[in-house]
Amino acid sequence: MAARGIPVPRGRVARTVDEAVAAVRPLIEESGNPVVVLKTQIHAGGRGKGAFKEHPDVCGVNVITDGITGGPGAAEEAVRELAKRMLGSTLVTIQTGEEGKKVSRLYVEQGIDIARELYLAVLLDRSASRNIVMASSEGGVEIEKVAEESPEKILRSEIDPAIGLAGFQANELSHGLGMEGEPAKNFVRFVMALADAATELDTDLIEINPLVVTTEGQVIALDAKVAFDDNALYRHPDIADMRDETEEDPAEVAAKNSGLNYIKLDGTIGCLVNGAGLAMATMDTIKHVGGEPANFLDVGGGATADQVTTAFHIITRDPNVKGIFVNIFGGIMRCDVIATGIVEAVKRVGLEVPLVVRLEGTNVDLGRQIIEDSGLEVTNADSLRDGAEKILQLTEHL
Amino acid sequence: MSILIDLNTKVLVQGLGKTGQFHTDKAIAYGTRMVGAVHPSRAGTEFHFEGETDHSGVPGREDTYTADLPIYATVSEAVADTGANATVVYVPPPFAADAIMEAAAAGIGLVVAITEGIPVADMIKAKRYLQGSGTRLVGPNCPGVITPGECKIGIMPGYIHQRGRIGIVSRSGTLTYEAVHQVTQLELGQTTAVGIGGDPVNGTDFVDVLELFQADDETEGVVMIGEIGGTAEEEAAEYVKSEMTKPVAGFIAGTTAPPGKRMGHAGAIVSGGKGTARAKIEAMTVAGIVVAETPSDLGEAMVRALG
Repeated sequence: MAARGIPVPRGRVARTVDEAVAAVRPLIEESGNPVVVLKTQIHAGGRGKGAFKEHPDVCGVNVITDGITGGPGAAEEAVRELAKRMLGSTLVTIQTGEEGKKVSRLYVEQGIDIARELYLAVLLDRSASRNIVMASSEGGVEIEKVAEESPEKILRSEIDPAIGLAGFQANELSHGLGMEGEPAKNFVRFVMALADAATELDTDLIEINPLVVTTEGQVIALDAKVAFDDNALYRHPDIADMRDETEEDPAEVAAKNSGLNYIKLDGTIGCLVNGAGLAMATMDTIKHVGGEPANFLDVGGGATADQVTTAFHIITRDPNVKGIFVNIFGGIMRCDVIATGIVEAVKRVGLEVPLVVRLEGTNVDLGRQIIEDSGLEVTNADSLRDGAEKILQLTEHL
Repeated sequence: MSILIDLNTKVLVQGLGKTGQFHTDKAIAYGTRMVGAVHPSRAGTEFHFEGETDHSGVPGREDTYTADLPIYATVSEAVADTGANATVVYVPPPFAADAIMEAAAAGIGLVVAITEGIPVADMIKAKRYLQGSGTRLVGPNCPGVITPGECKIGIMPGYIHQRGRIGIVSRSGTLTYEAVHQVTQLELGQTTAVGIGGDPVNGTDFVDVLELFQADDETEGVVMIGEIGGTAEEEAAEYVKSEMTKPVAGFIAGTTAPPGKRMGHAGAIVSGGKGTARAKIEAMTVAGIVVAETPSDLGEAMVRALG
């Protein structure tokens, strides 16, 4: 964001006590604020309220105000003492579990004197088929709550794809938020840079919450959430590289790498379906007859026997699955291909739970024949509802 | 009558790769008047199709067909040469929005975009480009449009359709087939089935198609299939309530979908408490639409709506 002209708090990463101390003076000079914040860098939230095992009196995030009266030298000394205790120690937060996480990196950030907190986002308005800027004077609060309780506080502006956000629109937003003088100018620059960034980076959503106005009139993004359009990642290899698959469900990653669409749920009936709408409807129908779906799985329009096998692997690996329901309406996808895939999968993976198959559409007779000839223990279903009822009956006693 | 396409529709195909070839062949077998292809790297040549006629399509044809489809470098050239008034887009996602705009620039009245995975930003631009152009876009990320026995544009299996009196409009491909299949089995048949696609930014919406069905003499009732995400179903319900005199049956997929997760379709996501199945079903019920509890009950719901 900083590279795109969007102001964010200045800060430096420190791996040693000396690096942390060295970061203090330049930060104070650049920001003009004698306060600095010393943060631990770990992959877990709740740092501000977390404490160190070795030093229960030290938090994961510390605001250092010694610089206000003592000057940069005093701030440096305070950072030195804290950094010594933080680095190499174990931070326990509500998200780390009791064992905590060892801290090997700190982040030294400029202090910010907050005058106002606002909300700002760029997102798609589906009815308008355009991105819009959404702003609210209620910063730091969930926007859904504002929308429900005081919708008049939310301002909107449509971005014309051929023009971008026009200057007058940025002014209107600024005026609507009650901004004047220096902060108003900074806000206009901020929101125009944000609208451009959303277009250039193909984001589904950029949400700045809170956007803060400092007592000096600066406008800074204190916290941000960005969601990218998966379909556009091919033109942003740098963003695609930022994906951290270890933070995602391993089964969902495996499915994605095989061209399958899989989402794990908490139920007991595994589903394998072609088409996103039908896959959702299959889950709904299982629930409707009294069961709980274990997953969403769309094998797509042109799945191969191999993909079906992979899909079976993924479903059967879920220990909650007590039964599997295959629901295929063959259009482009032929029922005989699916049937071959099922038979191969069962031979390779083995089948320890009941299986109900509903085939309809292209080459349906051939598909049913393949399953019958295989000698597998498969229950045939005539319709989606029939299949859902059958798999429920077969798994109820399990 | 029917809507959007009929025996007189002359169709171009943009993107004659593997998928484009496969479905063009099926369309010709069905009896669709395919008149040319746009595929710059093969411009100036012809593509040969032959096979067994799909007798579920246009009646009164011989048992086999052969066709040599001329390939053009640009859409405008193809239109000038063939008089095409519709086109189907199989162009890969990075170039698909451009293909849609090219078709509009050439003055084609109906563009059916099958391609899945077009970046949202590209579609926002394409839709802006289409504003006021007189070109209607159906899709993208959709199965296409079919008027049984006359013209098939897209990837749906032709043989499950039967000419009749029900209009079908849907955001999902396979759920459309589900509805078509049941309507056929009940011997109600279809006037036209339209897949409007599962993307968050699409061309033709529910309301547009409902308006066409309302105005079509042959259509006696409509099946409308929606899913979670956006507010298109709520807007459609509003239209049905205030403007529509014909009975409507419907279904919404995604009652059990967890919020914040994209369910296969780019547009199928409940975010910030918006776009839930419950809200859509409620809006539709209030509008007098007979909402089926499961897709297996769609045909029966249509019968009930017809009274």
